[in-house]
Amino acid sequence: MGSRASTLLREEEIEEIKKETGFSHSQITRLYSRFTSLDKGENGTLSREDFQRIPELAINPLGDRIINAFFPEGEDQVNFRGFMRTLAHFRPIEDNEKNKNAAPAEPLNSRTNKLLFAFRLYDLDRDDKISRDELLQVLRMMVGVNISDEQLGSIADRTIQEADTNGDAAISFNEFMKVLEKVDVEQKMSIRFLH
Amino acid sequence: MSSLLLSTLALTCLAAGCSGLNPPVDPPEPQTLPPSPGQNGSGEDVPSVDVPRALGLFSVDYHHVQAPFEIVLWIMLASLAKLGFHWSGRVPAVVPESCLLIMVGLLVGGVIYGVRHSAPPTLSADAFFLFLLPPIVLDAGYFLPGKLFFENLGTILWYAVLGTLWNVLGIGLSLYGVCLLCPASLGDVSLLHCLLFGSLIAAVDPVAVLSVFQEMHVNEQLHILVFGESLLNDAVTVVLYQLLESFLRLPSVSGPDVLLGGCRVLVVGFGGLFVGLFFGLLAALTSRFTPRVPVIAPLFVFLYSYLSYLTSEMLHLSGITAIVTCAVTMKQYVEANVSERSNSSIQYFLKMWSSLSETLIFIFLGVSTIQDVHMWSWPFVCATLLLCLLWRASGVLLLTAVVNKVRRNKVTFRDQFIIAYGGLRGAICFSLVFLIVDFPKKRLFITTTIVVILFTVFVQGMTIRPLVDLLDVKRKKRALPSVSEEMHSRLIDHLLSGIEDVVGYWGQHYWKDKFEQFNRTFLRRFLIREEQQNRSSILRVYQELERQEQGERETAVQAKTVPQTNSRPLLPEEMDSIRRILSRNLHRFNSRIPAYSRHTLHQDTTRTLQRHRSLGERDTQVEDAEFNGLHSVRSGLRRSHTVCTSPTSSIPEEQAAPKHGPKKHLSFDIESE
Repeated sequence: MGSRASTLLREEEIEEIKKETGFSHSQITRLYSRFTSLDKGENGTLSREDFQRIPELAINPLGDRIINAFFPEGEDQVNFRGFMRTLAHFRPIEDNEKNKNAAPAEPLNSRTNKLLFAFRLYDLDRDDKISRDELLQVLRMMVGVNISDEQLGSIADRTIQEADTNGDAAISFNEFMKVLEKVDVEQKMSIRFLH
Repeated sequence: MSSLLLSTLALTCLAAGCSGLNPPVDPPEPQTLPPSPGQNGSGEDVPSVDVPRALGLFSVDYHHVQAPFEIVLWIMLASLAKLGFHWSGRVPAVVPESCLLIMVGLLVGGVIYGVRHSAPPTLSADAFFLFLLPPIVLDAGYFLPGKLFFENLGTILWYAVLGTLWNVLGIGLSLYGVCLLCPASLGDVSLLHCLLFGSLIAAVDPVAVLSVFQEMHVNEQLHILVFGESLLNDAVTVVLYQLLESFLRLPSVSGPDVLLGGCRVLVVGFGGLFVGLFFGLLAALTSRFTPRVPVIAPLFVFLYSYLSYLTSEMLHLSGITAIVTCAVTMKQYVEANVSERSNSSIQYFLKMWSSLSETLIFIFLGVSTIQDVHMWSWPFVCATLLLCLLWRASGVLLLTAVVNKVRRNKVTFRDQFIIAYGGLRGAICFSLVFLIVDFPKKRLFITTTIVVILFTVFVQGMTIRPLVDLLDVKRKKRALPSVSEEMHSRLIDHLLSGIEDVVGYWGQHYWKDKFEQFNRTFLRRFLIREEQQNRSSILRVYQELERQEQGERETAVQAKTVPQTNSRPLLPEEMDSIRRILSRNLHRFNSRIPAYSRHTLHQDTTRTLQRHRSLGERDTQVEDAEFNGLHSVRSGLRRSHTVCTSPTSSIPEEQAAPKHGPKKHLSFDIESE
C-alpha cells in the first residue's frame, strides 16, 4: 500500500492541499495512507460504507452525522481533497496563525469555522437555525433511551432559553457562538495530527 | 473578635498551666492510652484508699485525663483560631490562613515557653505522618477533579519525578559547594548530608500548596499541575530520603546501590499505586453490601483509605500515592452504592478532618519553631533559601520547555512563574528533618528547614496572590457552566472521538472510551449493587414530582432574570440531574438501536447521587441566586469556606423536604432500603 500511496498522490496536489488546509507535507502523506486504507473499493474515493466500517465510529452516538459531515451536499463519494478539507477543521490553531491577518480567506481551522462545523451537526436542514426538534434529536442520540421525553424536552428548552436572544425559539449561528464564547473551543476541537 | 482572642489566650494559658504541671508530652497521639496503669493506680488511690486524709469534697486528678485533655485543648485552640480568622472579613483576604495559623502557633509556643522556661512540645514525626497527614491527602484525593487530572497526568508526572530529582541533586550539590567554601563553620557537613538535606527540602508540600492555592482561584489547569505535582512527588521524596539515609549508614556507596535506588523509585511509586487500587476496589465491593446498615457505610471509606496508607507505610511504599489512588478508585462506586445521607456524611467528615489536620499542622509548625537550641549559620541558611528558589525556577523552565512540545494546551510563561513560585514547603520537610539520625549539625538543618518553611509560607504565600493579579494569570472561570455549554461540550467530545476514529489516532478520547467500556462491562457490574437499577426509576419519578412541586413554588417566589418562554427556571436538583444525565450517558456506546434491556438501564443507575456532590456547591447557591448551575467537582478542592458555610445553607434544603409529606415518606423508604 505504501508505494502505491506515494505514486498516486502527486506533488502538485500535495502543495495545493497544503495551501488550502495548512497541513504539513508529512501529515498529508500520512493521512493519505489512512485514506487509502479506508478505501476498500480502491477507486480513490470514500463512500459512506467505508466510514461505517470503522468499528468505534459505528457505535459513536453521532456517528452518522459525523460521516455525513464529510460528504458535500447531495454527494455520495468524497475524494481525498474533500477528506482533508473536513479534517482541516480540527487542526490545532498555531500561535503565529492567530495574528496573521494576511490570509485572504479565513483558515479552515479558525474558531468560527470549527464552531460552524459543530453547528452543522445539529442543523441538518441547513436553514442556519437549530430548532427545538433538531436539538431534541441530537439529545436523544447522545443521551440514550432511558431518559423520558419530558426530561429531554426540558433540557432542550433550557438550552434554547439560554441561547436565544431574539426570541425566535431557535438558535442561530451567532447565538450559538455567543453561548460558547467562554468555552475553549480552539483547544477542545483540535487533534494533534502526528507528524 | 476580641472576645475570641481573649478566650484563645485563656485557653493557651490553661494549656500552658496544665502542661506546666507535668513534663512535656507529645500531644496529638489519640492512640495514647490513658496514663499507664501505674499512674492510674496512684491517681485512684488518692481519694478513696488514702486513709489518714479526711474525705474531701473536691479533688483534681489531672493525671487521669492528661493525654486526651491536652489533645482536646489543642484541637479546641486550633478550631477557635480558625473561627477567629474568618470572623474578620478582611484579614483572610490579604494573609493566607496558613500564615495566621503559624503566627498563632508562634504565640502559643512563646507563651508556653515563657511559662515553663523550656521548649514547648514539638510535632513528632510519627504523629504527623500517621495521624495528621492522611486526612488531608484523603480529602484531596476524594475531591480530585478526575478528568482534568488524567488529562494532565503526563505533565504532572514529568514535573513530579524529574523536577524533584533536578531540585534534589541541584540543591544538594550546590549546598555541598557552599559548605566547601566555608570550611570553618560548615566543614563537617558531608556530601551525603547535603544530598539528604536537599531531598527533604526540595519537595513541594501538598498541605501548604492546597491551603494557599485554594484561595486564589487560578485557572484549573495551573491548579491541577501544581497540586498534582505536590501529591505525586511523594514517591520520589520518600525513596531519595530513605536511600540517602541508608547510604549514610553504609560504609561506602557504590554504583549498583544508586541503580537500586532508581529501581526503588518505581517500586515505591507503583507499589503505592497497587496498594491503593487494591483497597479502593475492596472498599467499593464492601460498600455494595452496606444497604442494610447504612449508618456504617461512611466508616468503610475512611477505614479502607487509612488501611491503604498504613499498609504502604508498613511496606515503605509511598503512602500518599496509595491513599490518593484508593480515594480516586473507590469514589464512583461508593457514591453509587451508598445512600445519599451517607454520601453527605462522607464528604462532610472528610472536609472536617482535613481542615482540622491542616490547622493543627500549621499551629504546631508555629509552636515547634520556639526551640531551646537553634543553630544559625548565615551562609547556610541564605544559600539554602536562594538555591531553593533558583533550582525550582530553572527546573520548571527547562521541563516546561520540553513538555510544551507535546502538549496541546501550552503552559504559558505566566503559569510557569506561578508553578515555580508556588512551590511551597511545609510540614513534611519539617517532620523529615527531625527523623535524621543525630549528627553534629542536625540542629542547623532543623533551623534552616524552619526558616525555609516560614519563608515560603509567609513571603511566597502572601505575595503570590498579588502577583497572580499583577501578572494577570488566567483565572478560574467564575461563571457556572450552563446547560448549553454542557450539552455542546458533550457534542464536541463525541465529535472529536469520531474524528479520532476516522483518522485512526489513538488519542485521549480513544483511551477514555476504552476505559469507560472496561469500567462498564466489568467493574460496574461487579462493584455496584443490582437493586440500584430498579430504584432508579422510582427515584426519577420522585425527582420529577419534587421538581414540579418545587417549581410551582419557586415560580411564585423567585425573580426572573431571563425572559421565560415556556419553561420554568431550573432548580439545582434539576441542573444536577441534567448534568448527570449528560455526563453519564456520554459513553453509552451499547448500540445505536435502542434496547430496553436490564443492563442498559443499569448504566443510568450508576449516576452518582450528587445532590451534595461537593459541599462547595452550597456556597454558590447562597451567593448566586440565579441557579444557573452547579460548580463542578473542582470546587471541592476549596476547604476552609466550605466547612464554615455549608451547614447554614444546607438547612433550607432540609426544611424544604418535610413540607412534602408523602415524598418525605418515599425518600425515607428509599434511604432506609
